[in-house]
Amino acid sequence: MRRLGFFLLFLALAPAAWAVMPDERLDDPVLEARARALSADIRCLVCQNESIDSSNADLARELRILVRERLSQGDSDQEVLDFLVDKYGDFVLFDPPFKASTYALWIGPVILMLFGVGAAIFYIRRQARAFPATDGGTAFTQEEDLRVQEILNDLGPANLESSVTEGDRSGKPGPRP
Amino acid sequence: MSAMRKRLYFMLPALAFAIVAIAFVWALNPERDPSYVPSAMVSKASPNFDLPPLEPIGLPGLSTADLSQGEVVLVNFFASWCLPCQAEHPHLTALAAQMDIPLYGINHKDKTEHATAWLQRLGNPYDKIGVDGGRALVDWGVYGLPETFVVDGDGQIRFHFRGPLDPKTVAEKFVPLIESLRQ
Repeated sequence: MRRLGFFLLFLALAPAAWAVMPDERLDDPVLEARARALSADIRCLVCQNESIDSSNADLARELRILVRERLSQGDSDQEVLDFLVDKYGDFVLFDPPFKASTYALWIGPVILMLFGVGAAIFYIRRQARAFPATDGGTAFTQEEDLRVQEILNDLGPANLESSVTEGDRSGKPGPRP
Repeated sequence: MSAMRKRLYFMLPALAFAIVAIAFVWALNPERDPSYVPSAMVSKASPNFDLPPLEPIGLPGLSTADLSQGEVVLVNFFASWCLPCQAEHPHLTALAAQMDIPLYGINHKDKTEHATAWLQRLGNPYDKIGVDGGRALVDWGVYGLPETFVVDGDGQIRFHFRGPLDPKTVAEKFVPLIESLRQ
Protein backbone atom coordinates (compact mmCIF):
# COMPACT_ATOMS: atom_id res chain seq x y z
CA MET A 1 0.00 0.00 0.00
CA ARG A 2 2.78 2.38 0.92
CA ARG A 3 4.69 1.42 -2.18
CA LEU A 4 1.65 2.12 -4.30
CA GLY A 5 1.32 5.47 -2.59
CA PHE A 6 4.89 6.40 -3.52
CA PHE A 7 4.32 5.21 -7.04
CA LEU A 8 1.24 7.39 -7.41
CA LEU A 9 3.06 10.33 -5.88
CA PHE A 10 5.93 10.05 -8.37
CA LEU A 11 3.44 9.63 -11.18
CA ALA A 12 1.65 12.78 -10.09
CA LEU A 13 4.96 14.68 -10.02
CA ALA A 14 6.07 13.47 -13.44
CA PRO A 15 4.45 16.25 -15.53
CA ALA A 16 6.35 18.80 -13.45
CA ALA A 17 9.65 17.24 -14.45
CA TRP A 18 9.92 19.34 -17.63
CA ALA A 19 13.09 21.36 -18.01
CA VAL A 20 10.97 24.48 -18.49
CA MET A 21 10.83 26.20 -15.10
CA PRO A 22 7.67 27.90 -13.90
CA ASP A 23 9.39 31.28 -13.78
CA GLU A 24 10.26 30.99 -17.47
CA ARG A 25 6.70 30.47 -18.64
CA LEU A 26 4.82 33.24 -20.36
CA ASP A 27 1.39 34.26 -19.12
CA ASP A 28 -0.02 34.33 -22.64
CA PRO A 29 -0.85 30.67 -23.43
CA VAL A 30 -0.64 31.22 -27.21
CA LEU A 31 2.86 32.70 -27.00
CA GLU A 32 3.91 30.02 -24.52
CA ALA A 33 2.69 27.30 -26.89
CA ARG A 34 4.65 28.88 -29.73
CA ALA A 35 7.73 29.08 -27.51
CA ARG A 36 7.39 25.41 -26.56
CA ALA A 37 7.02 24.32 -30.17
CA LEU A 38 9.94 26.46 -31.27
CA SER A 39 12.16 25.30 -28.39
CA ALA A 40 11.70 21.68 -29.43
CA ASP A 41 13.47 22.48 -32.71
CA ILE A 42 16.43 24.32 -31.16
CA ARG A 43 19.47 22.34 -30.17
CA CYS A 44 21.10 22.86 -26.81
CA LEU A 45 24.75 23.33 -27.78
CA VAL A 46 25.99 21.99 -24.48
CA CYS A 47 24.16 18.64 -24.59
CA GLN A 48 23.97 18.64 -28.40
CA ASN A 49 21.40 15.87 -28.73
CA GLU A 50 18.78 17.52 -26.55
CA SER A 51 16.52 20.38 -27.48
CA ILE A 52 16.53 23.46 -25.29
CA ASP A 53 13.00 22.46 -24.31
CA SER A 54 14.19 19.28 -22.60
CA SER A 55 17.70 20.21 -21.48
CA ASN A 56 18.55 21.33 -17.95
CA ALA A 57 21.78 23.05 -18.98
CA ASP A 58 22.26 26.71 -18.05
CA LEU A 59 22.62 27.64 -21.70
CA ALA A 60 19.32 25.94 -22.56
CA ARG A 61 17.58 27.97 -19.86
CA GLU A 62 19.15 31.15 -21.18
CA LEU A 63 18.00 30.31 -24.71
CA ARG A 64 14.47 29.42 -23.53
CA ILE A 65 14.19 32.80 -21.85
CA LEU A 66 15.60 34.52 -24.92
CA VAL A 67 13.11 32.77 -27.23
CA ARG A 68 10.25 33.90 -24.98
CA GLU A 69 11.56 37.47 -24.79
CA ARG A 70 11.81 37.71 -28.54
CA LEU A 71 8.36 36.22 -29.11
CA SER A 72 6.89 38.64 -26.56
CA GLN A 73 8.51 41.51 -28.44
CA GLY A 74 6.63 40.43 -31.56
CA ASP A 75 9.29 38.41 -33.39
CA SER A 76 8.05 35.75 -35.79
CA ASP A 77 9.21 32.17 -35.24
CA GLN A 78 11.55 32.53 -38.20
CA GLU A 79 13.08 35.72 -36.81
CA VAL A 80 13.90 33.97 -33.56
CA LEU A 81 15.52 31.07 -35.42
CA ASP A 82 17.43 33.48 -37.67
CA PHE A 83 18.84 35.25 -34.62
CA LEU A 84 20.09 31.98 -33.14
CA VAL A 85 21.52 30.76 -36.45
CA ASP A 86 23.33 34.09 -36.74
CA LYS A 87 25.01 33.37 -33.38
CA TYR A 88 25.53 29.61 -33.42
CA GLY A 89 25.24 28.53 -37.05
CA ASP A 90 22.91 25.95 -38.59
CA PHE A 91 23.97 23.44 -35.94
CA VAL A 92 21.55 25.06 -33.52
CA LEU A 93 18.64 23.84 -35.66
CA PHE A 94 17.45 20.24 -35.45
CA ASP A 95 16.00 20.67 -38.94
CA PRO A 96 18.93 21.97 -41.01
CA PRO A 97 18.16 24.06 -44.13
CA PHE A 98 18.63 22.69 -47.64
CA LYS A 99 21.69 24.44 -49.03
CA ALA A 100 25.06 23.75 -50.63
CA SER A 101 26.77 22.65 -47.41
CA THR A 102 23.93 20.27 -46.48
CA TYR A 103 23.25 18.68 -49.89
CA ALA A 104 25.09 15.50 -48.86
CA LEU A 105 22.99 15.31 -45.70
CA TRP A 106 19.66 15.65 -47.50
CA ILE A 107 20.35 13.88 -50.78
CA GLY A 108 22.79 11.24 -49.49
CA PRO A 109 20.15 8.83 -48.14
CA VAL A 110 18.09 9.11 -51.35
CA ILE A 111 21.14 8.28 -53.45
CA LEU A 112 21.98 5.32 -51.21
CA MET A 113 18.39 4.07 -51.49
CA LEU A 114 18.40 4.42 -55.29
CA PHE A 115 21.66 2.51 -55.36
CA GLY A 116 20.16 -0.26 -53.20
CA VAL A 117 16.97 -0.47 -55.26
CA GLY A 118 19.05 -0.52 -58.44
CA ALA A 119 21.22 -3.34 -57.08
CA ALA A 120 18.11 -5.31 -56.05
CA ILE A 121 16.50 -4.92 -59.49
CA PHE A 122 19.75 -5.92 -61.18
CA TYR A 123 20.02 -9.03 -58.99
CA ILE A 124 16.40 -10.12 -59.42
CA ARG A 125 16.56 -9.68 -63.18
CA ARG A 126 19.73 -11.73 -63.39
CA GLN A 127 18.19 -14.50 -61.29
CA ALA A 128 15.14 -14.53 -63.55
CA ARG A 129 17.39 -14.82 -66.59
CA ALA A 130 19.50 -17.57 -65.03
CA PHE A 131 16.52 -19.72 -63.97
CA PRO A 132 13.75 -19.05 -66.46
CA ALA A 133 10.31 -20.57 -65.85
CA THR A 134 9.92 -23.64 -68.09
CA ASP A 135 6.22 -24.33 -68.28
CA GLY A 136 4.24 -21.14 -68.11
CA GLY A 137 4.87 -20.13 -64.48
CA THR A 138 5.27 -23.48 -62.68
CA ALA A 139 8.91 -24.40 -62.61
CA PHE A 140 8.09 -27.91 -61.28
CA THR A 141 8.15 -30.92 -63.53
CA GLN A 142 5.09 -33.14 -63.74
CA GLU A 143 6.80 -35.64 -61.48
CA GLU A 144 7.45 -32.97 -58.84
CA ASP A 145 3.86 -31.75 -58.99
CA LEU A 146 2.67 -35.28 -58.27
CA ARG A 147 5.04 -35.58 -55.35
CA VAL A 148 3.83 -32.27 -53.86
CA GLN A 149 0.25 -33.38 -54.18
CA GLU A 150 1.11 -36.64 -52.47
CA ILE A 151 2.72 -34.84 -49.51
CA LEU A 152 -0.21 -32.46 -49.13
CA ASN A 153 -2.69 -35.31 -49.16
CA ASP A 154 -0.73 -37.20 -46.52
CA LEU A 155 -0.57 -34.23 -44.18
CA GLY A 156 -3.96 -32.63 -44.54
CA PRO A 157 -4.19 -28.83 -43.98
CA ALA A 158 -4.17 -28.99 -40.13
CA ASN A 159 -1.16 -31.29 -39.94
CA LEU A 160 0.71 -29.23 -42.45
CA GLU A 161 0.31 -26.03 -40.45
CA SER A 162 1.52 -27.53 -37.17
CA SER A 163 4.48 -29.30 -38.73
CA VAL A 164 5.60 -26.13 -40.47
CA THR A 165 5.46 -24.05 -37.30
CA GLU A 166 7.36 -26.67 -35.39
CA GLY A 167 10.00 -26.84 -38.06
CA ASP A 168 10.36 -23.06 -37.97
CA ARG A 169 10.69 -22.91 -34.25
CA SER A 170 13.39 -25.53 -33.96
CA GLY A 171 15.22 -24.22 -37.00
CA LYS A 172 15.20 -27.75 -38.41
CA PRO A 173 12.92 -29.22 -41.05
CA GLY A 174 9.59 -30.44 -39.72
CA PRO A 175 8.67 -34.13 -39.45
CA ARG A 176 8.53 -35.92 -42.73
CA PRO A 177 5.49 -37.92 -43.78
CA MET B 1 29.41 -11.24 -69.54
CA SER B 2 32.85 -10.41 -70.84
CA ALA B 3 35.95 -11.37 -68.85
CA MET B 4 36.87 -7.70 -68.44
CA ARG B 5 33.51 -6.87 -66.91
CA LYS B 6 33.69 -9.84 -64.61
CA ARG B 7 37.07 -8.71 -63.37
CA LEU B 8 35.62 -5.28 -62.60
CA TYR B 9 32.94 -6.91 -60.46
CA PHE B 10 35.64 -8.63 -58.43
CA MET B 11 36.99 -5.15 -57.66
CA LEU B 12 33.74 -4.09 -55.98
CA PRO B 13 34.51 -5.51 -52.51
CA ALA B 14 37.95 -3.90 -52.62
CA LEU B 15 36.34 -0.60 -53.56
CA ALA B 16 33.77 -0.92 -50.75
CA PHE B 17 36.59 -1.68 -48.32
CA ALA B 18 38.53 1.36 -49.48
CA ILE B 19 35.52 3.63 -48.90
CA VAL B 20 34.91 2.21 -45.43
CA ALA B 21 38.62 2.52 -44.60
CA ILE B 22 38.66 6.18 -45.62
CA ALA B 23 35.57 6.82 -43.47
CA PHE B 24 37.26 5.15 -40.49
CA VAL B 25 40.52 7.08 -40.90
CA TRP B 26 38.49 10.29 -40.88
CA ALA B 27 36.12 9.34 -38.06
CA LEU B 28 38.68 7.75 -35.71
CA ASN B 29 41.24 10.52 -36.01
CA PRO B 30 42.00 11.45 -32.38
CA GLU B 31 42.40 15.10 -33.42
CA ARG B 32 38.79 15.23 -34.55
CA ASP B 33 36.29 16.40 -31.96
CA PRO B 34 32.83 15.30 -33.10
CA SER B 35 31.11 17.64 -30.67
CA TYR B 36 33.01 20.70 -31.95
CA VAL B 37 30.70 23.36 -33.32
CA PRO B 38 32.33 25.71 -35.82
CA SER B 39 31.92 29.37 -34.92
CA ALA B 40 29.33 31.44 -36.74
CA MET B 41 30.76 34.67 -35.34
CA VAL B 42 34.01 35.01 -37.27
CA SER B 43 34.14 37.97 -39.69
CA LYS B 44 31.04 39.49 -38.13
CA ALA B 45 30.97 42.76 -36.21
CA SER B 46 31.21 42.30 -32.47
CA PRO B 47 27.72 42.14 -30.94
CA ASN B 48 25.95 44.95 -29.15
CA PHE B 49 26.48 44.62 -25.44
CA ASP B 50 27.08 46.80 -22.42
CA LEU B 51 28.26 45.07 -19.27
CA PRO B 52 28.77 46.56 -15.80
CA PRO B 53 32.19 46.35 -14.11
CA LEU B 54 33.26 43.86 -11.47
CA GLU B 55 33.11 46.47 -8.68
CA PRO B 56 35.78 45.27 -6.18
CA ILE B 57 38.45 45.01 -8.88
CA GLY B 58 38.15 48.70 -9.75
CA LEU B 59 38.35 48.32 -13.53
CA PRO B 60 35.84 49.71 -16.01
CA GLY B 61 33.07 47.54 -17.45
CA LEU B 62 32.96 46.47 -21.06
CA SER B 63 30.79 47.52 -23.98
CA THR B 64 30.76 47.30 -27.77
CA ALA B 65 32.45 50.70 -28.12
CA ASP B 66 35.59 49.40 -26.36
CA LEU B 67 36.18 46.99 -29.22
CA SER B 68 36.54 49.45 -32.09
CA GLN B 69 39.28 51.73 -30.81
CA GLY B 70 41.64 51.01 -33.71
CA GLU B 71 43.55 48.38 -31.79
CA VAL B 72 43.51 44.58 -31.96
CA VAL B 73 42.10 43.18 -28.69
CA LEU B 74 41.36 39.85 -27.04
CA VAL B 75 37.97 39.09 -25.51
CA ASN B 76 37.90 36.15 -23.11
CA PHE B 77 34.89 34.54 -21.42
CA PHE B 78 35.75 33.23 -17.95
CA ALA B 79 34.31 32.37 -14.55
CA SER B 80 35.73 31.32 -11.21
CA TRP B 81 33.67 28.09 -11.30
CA CYS B 82 35.23 27.10 -14.62
CA LEU B 83 38.21 24.83 -14.10
CA PRO B 84 39.54 25.00 -17.69
CA CYS B 85 39.58 28.81 -17.25
CA GLN B 86 42.03 28.31 -14.42
CA ALA B 87 44.07 25.98 -16.62
CA GLU B 88 44.35 28.52 -19.42
CA HIS B 89 44.91 31.47 -17.08
CA PRO B 90 48.77 31.44 -17.16
CA HIS B 91 48.81 31.04 -20.96
CA LEU B 92 46.31 33.83 -21.43
CA THR B 93 48.34 36.05 -19.10
CA ALA B 94 51.53 35.20 -21.00
CA LEU B 95 49.90 35.90 -24.37
CA ALA B 96 48.63 39.31 -23.29
CA ALA B 97 52.06 40.23 -21.88
CA GLN B 98 54.03 38.86 -24.84
CA MET B 99 51.95 40.63 -27.49
CA ASP B 100 51.23 43.68 -25.32
CA ILE B 101 47.58 43.44 -26.37
CA PRO B 102 44.52 44.71 -24.49
CA LEU B 103 42.78 41.76 -22.85
CA TYR B 104 39.10 42.18 -22.04
CA GLY B 105 37.30 39.68 -19.83
CA ILE B 106 33.64 38.77 -19.69
CA ASN B 107 32.87 37.20 -16.34
CA HIS B 108 29.97 34.88 -16.99
CA LYS B 109 27.38 33.92 -14.34
CA ASP B 110 29.70 34.30 -11.39
CA LYS B 111 29.40 35.57 -7.85
CA THR B 112 31.18 38.88 -7.35
CA GLU B 113 33.12 37.70 -4.31
CA HIS B 114 34.14 34.43 -6.02
CA ALA B 115 35.32 36.17 -9.17
CA THR B 116 37.22 38.75 -7.14
CA ALA B 117 38.92 36.11 -5.00
CA TRP B 118 39.78 34.09 -8.10
CA LEU B 119 41.47 37.07 -9.76
CA GLN B 120 43.32 38.00 -6.56
CA ARG B 121 44.58 34.46 -6.16
CA LEU B 122 45.68 33.86 -9.77
CA GLY B 123 46.49 37.44 -10.76
CA ASN B 124 44.39 39.70 -12.95
CA PRO B 125 45.54 39.84 -16.57
CA TYR B 126 42.44 41.74 -17.75
CA ASP B 127 42.36 45.43 -18.66
CA LYS B 128 38.57 45.63 -18.51
CA ILE B 129 36.03 43.19 -17.14
CA GLY B 130 32.33 43.08 -17.95
CA VAL B 131 29.96 41.13 -15.71
CA ASP B 132 27.55 38.95 -17.68
CA GLY B 133 24.34 37.65 -16.12
CA GLY B 134 23.93 35.23 -19.01
CA ARG B 135 22.84 37.05 -22.17
CA ALA B 136 26.26 38.18 -23.40
CA LEU B 137 27.13 34.52 -23.82
CA VAL B 138 24.39 34.12 -26.44
CA ASP B 139 25.20 37.48 -28.04
CA TRP B 140 28.73 36.24 -28.66
CA GLY B 141 27.71 32.78 -29.86
CA VAL B 142 29.50 31.19 -26.91
CA TYR B 143 28.23 27.95 -25.38
CA GLY B 144 31.00 26.80 -23.08
CA LEU B 145 33.73 28.39 -21.04
CA PRO B 146 36.40 29.43 -21.71
CA GLU B 147 36.14 30.89 -25.19
CA THR B 148 38.41 33.56 -26.62
CA PHE B 149 37.99 36.03 -29.48
CA VAL B 150 40.43 38.16 -31.43
CA VAL B 151 38.74 41.43 -32.45
CA ASP B 152 40.40 43.80 -34.92
CA GLY B 153 40.63 47.59 -34.63
CA ASP B 154 37.30 48.08 -36.40
CA GLY B 155 35.46 45.86 -33.96
CA GLN B 156 35.24 42.93 -36.35
CA ILE B 157 35.66 39.42 -34.94
CA ARG B 158 38.61 37.75 -36.67
CA PHE B 159 39.09 34.57 -34.64
CA HIS B 160 37.02 32.55 -32.22
CA PHE B 161 38.61 29.82 -30.14
CA ARG B 162 36.54 27.41 -28.04
CA GLY B 163 38.21 25.79 -25.05
CA PRO B 164 41.26 26.57 -22.91
CA LEU B 165 44.32 28.17 -24.49
CA ASP B 166 47.53 26.17 -24.37
CA PRO B 167 51.06 27.18 -25.41
CA LYS B 168 50.69 25.42 -28.79
CA THR B 169 47.45 27.22 -29.67
CA VAL B 170 48.88 30.52 -28.51
CA ALA B 171 52.05 30.12 -30.59
CA GLU B 172 50.44 28.66 -33.71
CA LYS B 173 47.14 30.52 -33.90
CA PHE B 174 46.99 33.64 -31.76
CA VAL B 175 50.48 35.12 -32.15
CA PRO B 176 50.65 34.90 -35.98
CA LEU B 177 47.10 36.22 -36.35
CA ILE B 178 47.63 39.18 -34.03
CA GLU B 179 50.88 40.01 -35.83
CA SER B 180 49.24 39.91 -39.24
CA LEU B 181 46.26 41.99 -38.08
CA ARG B 182 48.61 44.67 -36.76
CA GLN B 183 50.33 45.12 -40.12
